Amino acid sequence: MSWWKNWTWPTRLRDKGIIGMNRRNIRYIGRYNSRHLYPLVDDKLKTKLLAQRYGITTPELIGTVTTQFGVKHISEMLVGHNGFVIKPAKGSGGKGILVIEKVEDDAFVKPSGAHLSIEDVERHVSNILSGLYSLGGSPDVAVIETLINFDDSLLAYTYEGVPDIRVIVFKGYPVMAMMRLSTAASDGKANLHQGAVGVGLNIATGAALRGVQFDRPCFIHPDTGHDLASLVVPQWNTLLHLAAGCYEMTGLGYLGTDMVLDRKHGPMLLELNARPGLAIQMTNGEGLRRRLDLIERQPNGVSVADRVAFAQHHFARQSELVETPDTASASA
Amino acid sequence: MSRLPFYLIVGFLLVAGIATSVHRHMQFEIPWVPGEQRQVWEIEAVINFNAQNGPVQVDLALPSHQAGYRVLTENTASSGYGLAYQADELGRQAQWTIREAAGSQQLYYSVQMLVSPDARAPAQTPPGLSSPPPWESPYDTAASQLIDRAWARSATNATFARELILDINGERQGENARLLLTQEQPSALIVRLLNQAGVQAREVSGLLLEDGRRRQSLSSWIQVFDEQGERWAIFNPLTGEQGKPENLLLWETGGRAVLEVQGGTNSRVSFSMLTHHQPASAAVRNHYSEDTLLNFSIHSLPLEEQALFQTILLIPIGALVVVFLRVLVGIKTSGTFMPVLIALAFIQTTLLTGLIGFLLIVAVGLIIRNYLSYLNLLLVARVSAVIITVIAIISIFTVLAYRMGLSAGLTVTFFPMIILAWTIERMSILWEEEGPKEVLIQGGGSLLTAVLAYLAMNNPWVRHITFNFLGVQLILMALILLLGNYTGYRLLELRRFKPITDDEKPS
Repeated sequence: MSWWKNWTWPTRLRDKGIIGMNRRNIRYIGRYNSRHLYPLVDDKLKTKLLAQRYGITTPELIGTVTTQFGVKHISEMLVGHNGFVIKPAKGSGGKGILVIEKVEDDAFVKPSGAHLSIEDVERHVSNILSGLYSLGGSPDVAVIETLINFDDSLLAYTYEGVPDIRVIVFKGYPVMAMMRLSTAASDGKANLHQGAVGVGLNIATGAALRGVQFDRPCFIHPDTGHDLASLVVPQWNTLLHLAAGCYEMTGLGYLGTDMVLDRKHGPMLLELNARPGLAIQMTNGEGLRRRLDLIERQPNGVSVADRVAFAQHHFARQSELVETPDTASASA
Repeated sequence: MSRLPFYLIVGFLLVAGIATSVHRHMQFEIPWVPGEQRQVWEIEAVINFNAQNGPVQVDLALPSHQAGYRVLTENTASSGYGLAYQADELGRQAQWTIREAAGSQQLYYSVQMLVSPDARAPAQTPPGLSSPPPWESPYDTAASQLIDRAWARSATNATFARELILDINGERQGENARLLLTQEQPSALIVRLLNQAGVQAREVSGLLLEDGRRRQSLSSWIQVFDEQGERWAIFNPLTGEQGKPENLLLWETGGRAVLEVQGGTNSRVSFSMLTHHQPASAAVRNHYSEDTLLNFSIHSLPLEEQALFQTILLIPIGALVVVFLRVLVGIKTSGTFMPVLIALAFIQTTLLTGLIGFLLIVAVGLIIRNYLSYLNLLLVARVSAVIITVIAIISIFTVLAYRMGLSAGLTVTFFPMIILAWTIERMSILWEEEGPKEVLIQGGGSLLTAVLAYLAMNNPWVRHITFNFLGVQLILMALILLLGNYTGYRLLELRRFKPITDDEKPS
């Protein structure tokens, strides 16, 4: 019975501390994420303005389009910007994000090399405004940001898109982290279910633990062929502090923070998610349950630095991508 | 945070739901299972004859209420003919008439007979004894000898009839019988001899009912009036066996011809029949004349509203199926409760027609929606355009189905058009963003959910329970609340997270 091989027992998942969708929804999101705080993270524009107030770096805002009338003026807004990103303020799951890498003459070039005309861009913005990508189809606002000049050290690990780092922050403690590397299969998008490679990261060091594509283990990037074992996220401590600070900023207890590394500005907050997915458990090869249980026993009111230090101490792990643990710590 | 209030509410709902249901069951004797199925026979008689360019009158004997069978409905089809039903003490007749007819003619009569063991024939009075014409010599001697022999061996009218039949048709057939059979048909001879002996008897025509039989003809039976029981006893004229076979439907009992055609030749009537089962219409509603709080029941509503509620009360079942599949199994659907609405449409269209119609509409809609996306429209305008498209598709399919004679195709109009339009819109976006695979997963999940919801909602037992026991709604509520509290794994997560558990082995 070969089909049986693809299934496991609930008891084994529980032993591994895996959290299922139902438990996440009821036990963590339902309990720690108060509904009235959702708009702060569901609206990327609000998140951005809030982050600026709390001194958390985000990509620079070029402008917003709020009315269909404003769509016609978008070309004026874009003058002088070579690369930019247009996203719906209330989009979810990376939907409706248009990345323009450079502008050649009148053509807008996507990371895939596809050329778009100004009409294409305007239609995309118009779609965003009419609510095509927003939750529940409600009217939306288009946010235009500068393109992130992402850090060269990670260039070899990604194909076309920007690799982003997801850190789950529970009650202000960074509990688990992964990096999402876009691939040809994912069309330059960093969405795991579309085929991006997820790399579990050691909370202590930011070094790669294991790689996963389509929920199955992988050891090299499928497009660039680069070994994932050598991946270490630079400025890891800054990044963790940034992520942990989002707890104070939003008040959400169970939070997914999406960060990117900019060449000039270092770690930046890209967006927040009040319903972070469970795939991070796959990329780490470990369930969230034990870490969350440990955090639940910690007192409230601990400072950001102490929380990060606590997490780095308790959640340190060793890479599964290299043969001996010694080389992993050496490269880290 | 204590979960006690939650469990109290769930417990209360369960207890209240079960208690009211049991109360209704005990108090009003509403059965837990739907009413017994009753057998119904559909019988069609086809009359064929050649008309002779003149006025035509066709008389066909019709079956009446009788022991074991009850007439439910009857129909005729006969273009151009005048039709009248006539009834007298000898039975019922249909009379077709036309002023001018030529060539081969076909007339149809169909009747639905309900099999009901308690059905009785209307009160029967023994007919006056008809005096048969006297026999000529030498037949008179043969006849009286036959009667005398049978009379001597019998005690009652019934046994006399049996003996006579055996003498004429059975192994004991002798010289006398063979002589008389040159003059009369066996059945007619038996009746004539019975009458001659002073026993009331008549020849009747019956139809032996067998499912799916076509081109059947009536068979001849003999009825003898039983003076003690004051009822007609029936005999098989070939074997002398007494008693009516269960599948015998008496078509003509008046002693008249079954079919009479004036102005036509080569007339014949043939029968085809089918049986099916239908729930006995439980006359529950008669129980509820008095209105009390505990007797709170939708059966006190007018009939039309009741029919509406029958559907409304099924929706929680569909919702339960959706909750079950999403929370315990983890199936992805496009639009949370869209499958329930599709399942409701399936109830109207039947499953296969519904599935084909749904797939056709969505497939064609997706193609047209794909073109609409090039037109650069605002969302609301585009969805409105898709709605009009869906209506156009449904209209075209309906007309096409009608032209091709597929009456099942007419039911596609039951699909909720706005919901279909949104489904198409959502699927189309899904296709653009995630690719056809995700469309298949979510579309397939939606269809699977819809089919399961349909099977649950269309189950006769479920329909009976939800319609007759309002307390079940409370139980459903409790179940859904409990499912909403489930923090365990979904079935599909056992597959999704499988790779993690694999790593345990090497370490």
